[in-house]
Amino acid sequence: MSDLKLSRRGLLRAGAASGIAMAAPMIFTNRAYGFTNEPGSGSVTLGFNVPQTGAYADEGADELRAYQLAVEHLNGEGDGGMLNTFSSRVLDGTGILGRRVEYVTGDTQTSSDAARSSARSMIERDGAIMITGGSSSGVAIAVQGLCQDAGVIFMAGLTHSNDTTGKDRRANGFRHFFNTEMTGRALAPILEANYGTDRKAYHLTADYTWGWSQERSIRAYTEAMGWETTNAVLTPVGAGDFSSYLTPVANSGADVLVLNHYGGDMVNSLTQAVQFGLRDLQVNGKNFEIVVPLFSRLMARGAGSAIEGIFGSTNWHWSLTDEGSQAFTRSFGEKYGFPPSQAAQTCYAQTLLYADAVTRAGTFNPCGVAEALEGFEFDGLGNGPTLYRAEDHQCFKDVLVVKGKENPQNEFDLLEIVEITPRETVTYPVDHPDFQGGDLGACNPGA
Amino acid sequence: MESIILQILNGLDKGSAYALIALGLTLIFGTLGVVNFAHGALFMLGAFVAVTVKNLLNLSFETIDETRLDFLNRPLRVQTPYVEHWFGPEIGATIIDWSVPLALIVAVPVMALIGVAMERGLIRHFYKRPHADQILVTFGLAIVLQEIIKANFGANPIPTPAPEIFIGSFDFGVWLGFDPYAIMYPYWRLVYFGFAAVVVGAVFAFLQFTTFGMVVRAGMADRETVGLLGIDIDKRFVIVFALASIVAGFAGVMYTPILSPNYHMGMDFLVLSFVVVVVGGMGSLAGAVASGFLLGILQSFASMTQVIELIPGINQVVIYLVAVIVLLTRPRGLLGRKGVMEE
Repeated sequence: MSDLKLSRRGLLRAGAASGIAMAAPMIFTNRAYGFTNEPGSGSVTLGFNVPQTGAYADEGADELRAYQLAVEHLNGEGDGGMLNTFSSRVLDGTGILGRRVEYVTGDTQTSSDAARSSARSMIERDGAIMITGGSSSGVAIAVQGLCQDAGVIFMAGLTHSNDTTGKDRRANGFRHFFNTEMTGRALAPILEANYGTDRKAYHLTADYTWGWSQERSIRAYTEAMGWETTNAVLTPVGAGDFSSYLTPVANSGADVLVLNHYGGDMVNSLTQAVQFGLRDLQVNGKNFEIVVPLFSRLMARGAGSAIEGIFGSTNWHWSLTDEGSQAFTRSFGEKYGFPPSQAAQTCYAQTLLYADAVTRAGTFNPCGVAEALEGFEFDGLGNGPTLYRAEDHQCFKDVLVVKGKENPQNEFDLLEIVEITPRETVTYPVDHPDFQGGDLGACNPGA
Repeated sequence: MESIILQILNGLDKGSAYALIALGLTLIFGTLGVVNFAHGALFMLGAFVAVTVKNLLNLSFETIDETRLDFLNRPLRVQTPYVEHWFGPEIGATIIDWSVPLALIVAVPVMALIGVAMERGLIRHFYKRPHADQILVTFGLAIVLQEIIKANFGANPIPTPAPEIFIGSFDFGVWLGFDPYAIMYPYWRLVYFGFAAVVVGAVFAFLQFTTFGMVVRAGMADRETVGLLGIDIDKRFVIVFALASIVAGFAGVMYTPILSPNYHMGMDFLVLSFVVVVVGGMGSLAGAVASGFLLGILQSFASMTQVIELIPGINQVVIYLVAVIVLLTRPRGLLGRKGVMEE
């Protein structure tokens, strides 16, 4: 007889232990490598997590195009784009640290749950070393939290809510795109100059983190210059028909409508506002005006002539004449046949910034990469001199105030740059009240 | 007062769409006894008929204009639609501008064909099967159609504008003696309401005043007896299915300027249209139309800021709430007949 005796309790213990071991995600089992998904010597995988369906699908499609272009350029294919104009010269078209860049994609469906599950799958199953993308702040914040826990870097795509680098900031997350505070600072002076200080504003606001943040910022800066906010109504994302929200506007005594909507929602709400004749109104002896704080060329195309003369802000526009913008517009335009959107530019820049930080750090370890990005000052990526602020992982750069063009010269000539608000004007202190309550915490290398 | 009139007007266009879809649903249910969950997909297909007609009219050839530059400072490639080339720029542009109403003409044969194919190919095999089977198979069919549209047209809404003369709003306020701009209502939504009224009127007239309609009504009342009289009722019912498809397709075509079509718009309307049918009374055409408008208007009242402030979330549930109340107090629906879906 053997000495091996298996008691009932022992069996249960062994069963429970092996169950836990099998159930544990790979994140916890690859401890031997030093950090999550350390790449081998041949290639490195990036995870592009973009909305391919839902209200922000147009933006998502353009983001994906930009990522594919960035991968080409990093691998030394194509004309190199902004690799040639980037002030940091360490990227030479041989991939990242000598490894060929490969990528996997996921569909966020403009939903936080779907975005988290696609990001998790890219990290656990495909071995992605970095996740980037998102075209909604709700999604970005959810995925940023997931990446922090998993121990990979998150390079945010289009996300404009203050919270991404405010109360929800994380040590592993970085944002190149601007935010609603910067929009408020850049847009308010232009609104004052064009519409005066005696205005009554009606807000329609997308009911999630970005919408709330956008409304708060615009209200703060317009109320400071004398405007009154008469109503602020929350609308569900993807509502489609906004008519029941728009009909009370004409009769409310307001003379400005602020549409805190983005993507497909903004296209629908703006075109319907125009259909309801709001732009033909005379209220309080003034022309009724519509403001769209966050503008994009893709939305402008969807909304057609409805955008003429409407003010908003944007992170970047293809008509900028600096070397970087022109190089990017040229390589993107030649590959796809139309100019890139602001979403494309921020995603392309984020991919290059990540590759550059890895190269300068000499490692894919997220903590090394984060250190290389923190306080990094660069130029040549289309926004002028830019700083990745160490304290909150937010980029500080010029902001564009734009207007829907009255007489477009071609089908892409839809927005006119009214002003380039300098970086100093849009820079806010780290302890700004709207950004409080967050803590970067320590970087997490995973493993 | 102004806001009440406004919300009634607002409810009219949505109510028109519900009424048209519910009318078709009831027609099919009343005649064939089939609960057709693919009916929303027919509405969606109608909308994509409009998109396809717009795309076809915009088919272009390319010329290079050396005098103008594109965004990369290359000579501009100018796209000229064939329609403008054949009929001259002015007439061509007008034809393209009127693509949505023109799509109605195309929708008649296309939707009739789809309807007949659907009925002969699939649904007729389920006449004698339980309602649960019918619901499953038609729901599956709806998903298949939806995915086909998604694969061909993408997942994004496609802007399909109304003709230019209908852009803008009618000032009801002045007309009714209120202040100017108090009640503004887009022209196209008025057109949609008028259109729905004409279609509903035409369907009723067809059933009421033609021999064909009489036979169909007789069939709805007692299928067996009509069969015993030597009338091939099945053949008539195929035509009824085609007719219901055309009505749903019409509703879809004309709705495109109000809501840019996407692949899941059918599902969005289908569930509500079923509630409309149930509230109106299964098998009652007049009930379907009346409850379509009623629920459309109620929904728009529930979306008013003041109402939402009073009862948060009411805009999402009002229709179902009304359905519950109606079914509790009048189990057969508003105008339901005795004996329909009852053993």
